[in-house]
Amino acid sequence: MPIEIDIAHVARLARLGLDDDVLATYGAQLEVILEHAAKVQSLDTDGVEPTAHPLGLMNGFREDVARPSLDRAEVLAQAPDATDTHFRVPPALEQE
Amino acid sequence: MSAADLTISAARAALDTGELRATELLEAVLERAALTEAQLHAYLTIDHEGARRAAVDADAAIAEGRAGALTGIPIAVKDNMVTRGLDTTCASQILAGWKPPYDGTAVARLKEAGAVIVGKTNLDEFAMGSSTENSAFGMTRNPWDITRVPGGSSGGSAAATAIGSALGAYGSDTGGSIRQPASLCGIVGMKPTYGLVSRYGLVAFASSLDQIGPFGRTVEDAVTLLEGVAGYDPHDHTSWPGEMPDFRGSLGRGVEGLRIGVVDELSGDGYEPAVIARFEEVLAALESAGAEIRRASLPSFELAVSTYYLVAPAECSANLARFDGVRYGLREPGETVEQMMAATRASGFGPEVTRRILLGTFALSAGYQDAFYGQAQKVRTITINEFEQAYESVDVLVSPTSPTVAFEVGERSEDPLAMYLSDVCTIPSNLAGHPSISVPAGTDPNGLPIGFQILAPALGEEVLFRVADAVETLVGRAEMPVLEEVAR
Repeated sequence: MPIEIDIAHVARLARLGLDDDVLATYGAQLEVILEHAAKVQSLDTDGVEPTAHPLGLMNGFREDVARPSLDRAEVLAQAPDATDTHFRVPPALEQE
Repeated sequence: MSAADLTISAARAALDTGELRATELLEAVLERAALTEAQLHAYLTIDHEGARRAAVDADAAIAEGRAGALTGIPIAVKDNMVTRGLDTTCASQILAGWKPPYDGTAVARLKEAGAVIVGKTNLDEFAMGSSTENSAFGMTRNPWDITRVPGGSSGGSAAATAIGSALGAYGSDTGGSIRQPASLCGIVGMKPTYGLVSRYGLVAFASSLDQIGPFGRTVEDAVTLLEGVAGYDPHDHTSWPGEMPDFRGSLGRGVEGLRIGVVDELSGDGYEPAVIARFEEVLAALESAGAEIRRASLPSFELAVSTYYLVAPAECSANLARFDGVRYGLREPGETVEQMMAATRASGFGPEVTRRILLGTFALSAGYQDAFYGQAQKVRTITINEFEQAYESVDVLVSPTSPTVAFEVGERSEDPLAMYLSDVCTIPSNLAGHPSISVPAGTDPNGLPIGFQILAPALGEEVLFRVADAVETLVGRAEMPVLEEVAR
């Protein structure tokens, strides 16, 4: 069954600002890959539980106590833009 | 002979008797790297200064009788394992120049053990690929034939171990990224049971599949390297809190009385005749040594590649959302934060990573999640059930590690699906979380290495290493590549 992909929508969800012609190439490749991947649908999985952790470990808990964290100056030194205390980014809201 | 050609066991003995100093051993390894890096490009970063400091410290520890198994041993780590203050790029432009503010748990354990970390090895960008051609900083080449790929994604770690620019190395294996390059480079490569080695500080690709593991020139060296990093870590709640398997306990015991299952689904069309021939020779040798060879059928293996290419990209698309130009790495300008992120990610990720993010985003998007990611997780359950059934009548399963020997540079890089099929033999162990190892099994008529893969149940490392060690004894240890062909 051919699978149709709205590649521009997918790219927007993934925050990948690519040109239309580049996206068209990826879209065509994805359709071929997905056609192969869709073979998983040939198997009857009624009543089968999905596997997330292969050894079946469940939630891990620890005591809720303060622990040392990473050094703030060392962390901020790696940011493309920062103040002494914060990461800095362009405006999150578009101007009206 | 150079000290760079020593196995880890032999180097340990020489260091402990004082015959060899850690500083001398490191210089031999650095000299080997200087001779071979122009051709191979196994490393993205060589940490001359840090390694020399570690070697001096190791000599002091040895002199004071404080040496452990890895003290003074020069090893390499894949560049997706974070190292405090030392560049960690994942072979991606988006992380170029990043100096992590912490050590991953495996790296921290190696440093505590006195190992000498020579540097960070090349990989397919974010460990996505099977040839190490997808590195943003240039490919790695195969030390057996520099016109061919070393396999991937841990191709740099495999090439460095094979040629002696490290005595052993670590990689990560999500769908075969340790075992396939080990096979193509003629060394031992092992993926532990999921959770035996902490993933804290391993830059995440597909969290439910990723596992750190060792490359060695011998099975015993791989055991020693695994012992150095395995164990529960409170920083990784998916790590195994129970008892560790006895990795070393059954080395040398042979295979008398063991039942070995040949996987029916991992042979036939697409497998090179030399690969099949070497595989069958090893089987015959195992049988002569007292093993019982049986056949095993695991029908869902036919769907393993399909399952993997839904699970892995889905998890990758979520994990790689963190690379957005805010906290580290590249930032491209943008009027708004969304424009900045979209521009940064478009410019920072290479084509294979972009393809998988798009694929995974689609597979998780509204209306498709149940049909793709959800269905793939159910197929994983079926695969695990088939494994369990098979292990009722055999102790281990075996197959070739890769259907082919090392392929030519460029041969598969234009066809994503053909590249994905390189991992047909290795993916099932990742889906099930089981341990698996590739051991050298001779060469094809052109002298290119062929690997023999052994699979065991979860936490079955003891029998896995037992059979691997027997194969190594029966086949004979692999030679090293001819240095003159690689040196320039």
